[in-house]
Amino acid sequence: MRRFWALFFLAWPIVAIAWSWAAPSYGWWFYRPAQSPLGQEIDNLFYLILVIVTTVFIGTNLALFYVLWKFSDDGSPRKGSFSHGSHILEMVWTVTPAGVLLFISLYQMDVWARFRMTKNFDKEAVAQPLAEITARQFEWRIRYPAPGRKFQNKAEIEEWLKRPSRDDVYTVNELHCPANKPVLIHLRSEDVLHSFFIPDLRVKQDAVPGLVIPVWFEASKADHYDLICAELCGWGHYKMKGRISAESDADFQTYKRELAAKQAFDGVPAKTETKKEGEGQ
Amino acid sequence: MSTLDQAPPSSHGHDDHGPGKDGHGPAGHGHHGPVTLWMIFRQLPTFSKDHKIIGIQFLMTTLLMLMVGGALALGVRWQLAFPFQRMPILGDILFGSQAGVIPPETYTMLFTMHATVMIFLVIIPILAGAFGNFLIPLMVGADDMAFPTLNMLSYWFMWPASALFGLSFAFGGGPAGGWTSYPLLSALPTAAPGSGHAQTLWLLAVTFVGFSSMMGSINYMTTIINMRAPGMTLFRMPLTIWAMFITAILQAFALPVLTAAGFMLVADRTIGTCFFIPAGIVVNNSDPTVGGGQALLWQHLFWFYSHPAVYIMLLPAMGMVSDILSCMCRKPIFGYKPMVYSMAAIAGLGFIVWGHHMFTSGMNPALGMSFMISTMMIALPSAIKTFNWIGTMWGGNIRFNVPMLNAVAFVSMFIVGGLSGIFMAAVPVDIYFHDTYFIVAHFHYVLFGTTLFGVFGAIHFWFPKMFGRMMSETVGKVHFVLTFIAFNCTFFPMHLLGIAAFPRRLADPYHYSSLEHLLPLNQFITISAIVMGFTQFLLLGNFFYSMFAGKKVGRNPWEANGLEWSAPSPPGHGNFESLPIIYRGPYEYSSPLTENDFLMQTEYVPKTGQTTQVASGH
Repeated sequence: MRRFWALFFLAWPIVAIAWSWAAPSYGWWFYRPAQSPLGQEIDNLFYLILVIVTTVFIGTNLALFYVLWKFSDDGSPRKGSFSHGSHILEMVWTVTPAGVLLFISLYQMDVWARFRMTKNFDKEAVAQPLAEITARQFEWRIRYPAPGRKFQNKAEIEEWLKRPSRDDVYTVNELHCPANKPVLIHLRSEDVLHSFFIPDLRVKQDAVPGLVIPVWFEASKADHYDLICAELCGWGHYKMKGRISAESDADFQTYKRELAAKQAFDGVPAKTETKKEGEGQ
Repeated sequence: MSTLDQAPPSSHGHDDHGPGKDGHGPAGHGHHGPVTLWMIFRQLPTFSKDHKIIGIQFLMTTLLMLMVGGALALGVRWQLAFPFQRMPILGDILFGSQAGVIPPETYTMLFTMHATVMIFLVIIPILAGAFGNFLIPLMVGADDMAFPTLNMLSYWFMWPASALFGLSFAFGGGPAGGWTSYPLLSALPTAAPGSGHAQTLWLLAVTFVGFSSMMGSINYMTTIINMRAPGMTLFRMPLTIWAMFITAILQAFALPVLTAAGFMLVADRTIGTCFFIPAGIVVNNSDPTVGGGQALLWQHLFWFYSHPAVYIMLLPAMGMVSDILSCMCRKPIFGYKPMVYSMAAIAGLGFIVWGHHMFTSGMNPALGMSFMISTMMIALPSAIKTFNWIGTMWGGNIRFNVPMLNAVAFVSMFIVGGLSGIFMAAVPVDIYFHDTYFIVAHFHYVLFGTTLFGVFGAIHFWFPKMFGRMMSETVGKVHFVLTFIAFNCTFFPMHLLGIAAFPRRLADPYHYSSLEHLLPLNQFITISAIVMGFTQFLLLGNFFYSMFAGKKVGRNPWEANGLEWSAPSPPGHGNFESLPIIYRGPYEYSSPLTENDFLMQTEYVPKTGQTTQVASGH
């Protein structure tokens, strides 16, 4: 019986590892590999940490198993060894993990800097923001600049963020964007906290009332991606669902133009639509 | 200093109840006026100032609240396994008007209150309140706490807190802003059904809990500094006491921030200040807010308390498990001083890592980097402690009884909880994992897997000191095995859910095409959680049954070294028959100075030729 408990405590890490090993084949893993270049780096980091952590997990559990197996009370009048510790061992298991942890922290700085430091953002994406997204209970309100509009400078973007232009194009929950290039959105909230989460692209950013936060992402291929609200925002938090549709640049321009036309349509199908939509409102 | 001029406990004047005085006599066996169960029970509903009674009051209350918090969790689990389906029996009673289905606003209330109850009414008070109270005077050799009245109040302040939490259910279905209560959801009454009066009551209740903790914290610090028995130097204190001491310091420094933040939020809600409310916010078509505030400020203030609070919820368990491990391995603790220093390091670093809860909040990214480094570094003392625990077992003579099994589970689960933390300490990876079930898995491994297993071990370990009887080993083992298996079946798969981006706090995530295939795994988790929940009745049953029918034992049933084991079981009022003198640290198991494999702190060993020095736990 005294060996039983050692085996008991060994059994569970074995089950845990087997379980994790089998998990991807049951779909209990990333829904799909990261669909963005930055996301791939995040995945790489994840797997690197996973390797380190699994090694430590196996090592410590084996050590635990060994001591439980070897040193369980066998009923003999044996005493425990009278040791109060070892300075050398303490040093070893202080310095080694410190090195590993420091390595992990420094190694990943770069990815974080690329994701969040504005100076590292793609210049083109910053100069021509894709849209402004305003989160509210329980939807994502999307405002694109007019089709074909080019912002001249930063001041113009700031002005655009402060007050809408007449020719802006609005939609809800369906964000279209060009694939294969970094795009930037300006995220804000109309009411409470929300969080803009696209799992497949490994992007998450809270929408904070009172702040306008630039967020960039890049979808590697034309596809649809779930947009989830990841910060509790009230009773309907669970249904604050959006969708990202990444498509070719041409498709995106067409989409935006059609959307603008639909928005400008006043119900009188007389004239053909021109590019100066919105004037008749 | 003051330890020496402290008179023997029998000369202290105390309130009249309790059998203490007549129990003092020569330490005859069975002749020291044993404390009966009735004496303890009679005092439970009173404003007793005896630290042992207060400890037991805390323990029973928190065990009750453990079941309440567990029931709330099962409500959450039901919804995640069978979203918007009729809950049999209970659903019909509670949600009859909604066809027995949990409505989404109730779901948000369920997880809010699950966390609230578990954190504020179970984990913090069971560690500091129950075990802190019961153990500190016994382990340092004091007759009671430094401030018995304050101590009594610290327990009774929990009741207004519980009452306010309970009352909050009457308003809009209960508070539903998450236990973190981030504004503006919690600041604007129109933001959600639970953001009305329920939220105000919730904040006031948390303030009461804060008062309770603060009174305890002052008491613990004073008692530990001033009331140690002669010979109980700081480095002869058990790690439990070190842990309680460090925890008390943490509480004293972190809590005022939460209390202040709570009052600021109450002011925002009731008298129109705008600490957290920016201008021009429109919620549910209400008038725009006047504003001027900043929602992120709350997160900073809240986590400035609540991250240290994570260690408040962990350190005492670490201390208690160290004591249990050393005793059951019949071996000195491995690296006593590194253990103390790492706890101090955890506490110190614990104050500068709060930002890791806010990596995706929109906080300055440069801050994110510094918080990431401090967070990584806090893993270091945790690693040192783990290695020292394994080192303690190495070369021991391990007795696999219920306290030991739970203590080993503590170490085993702490490894998982510690390692999974590294993923989210890495900021880029946390971008993905933040607010997913990976986080839920992580903190349940730490709070339940680690702390609660530690507490289970501690309950079994110190039960004989509390009631003079043993808890049933058999029932204890069954409870342990079932809890351990069900726990891992419940929480390990949550890592996998998190990797699959399954978000927290969604009443029904399955309408997302990328998440719908996770339903079967969630159903498995829910079944495991139900098993785990019901298993806890074994613990309660064992606890209460053993009080009356457990095997009677003497002072030191575990053959342990700690000072508390030289007091009678249960100790009378004033604890020790005479002032104890301490000769060594509490971990001198298997010492060559004695035939036995334990050597109590109070046992005087005459100097022999070769061994003149009594090791002091170094």
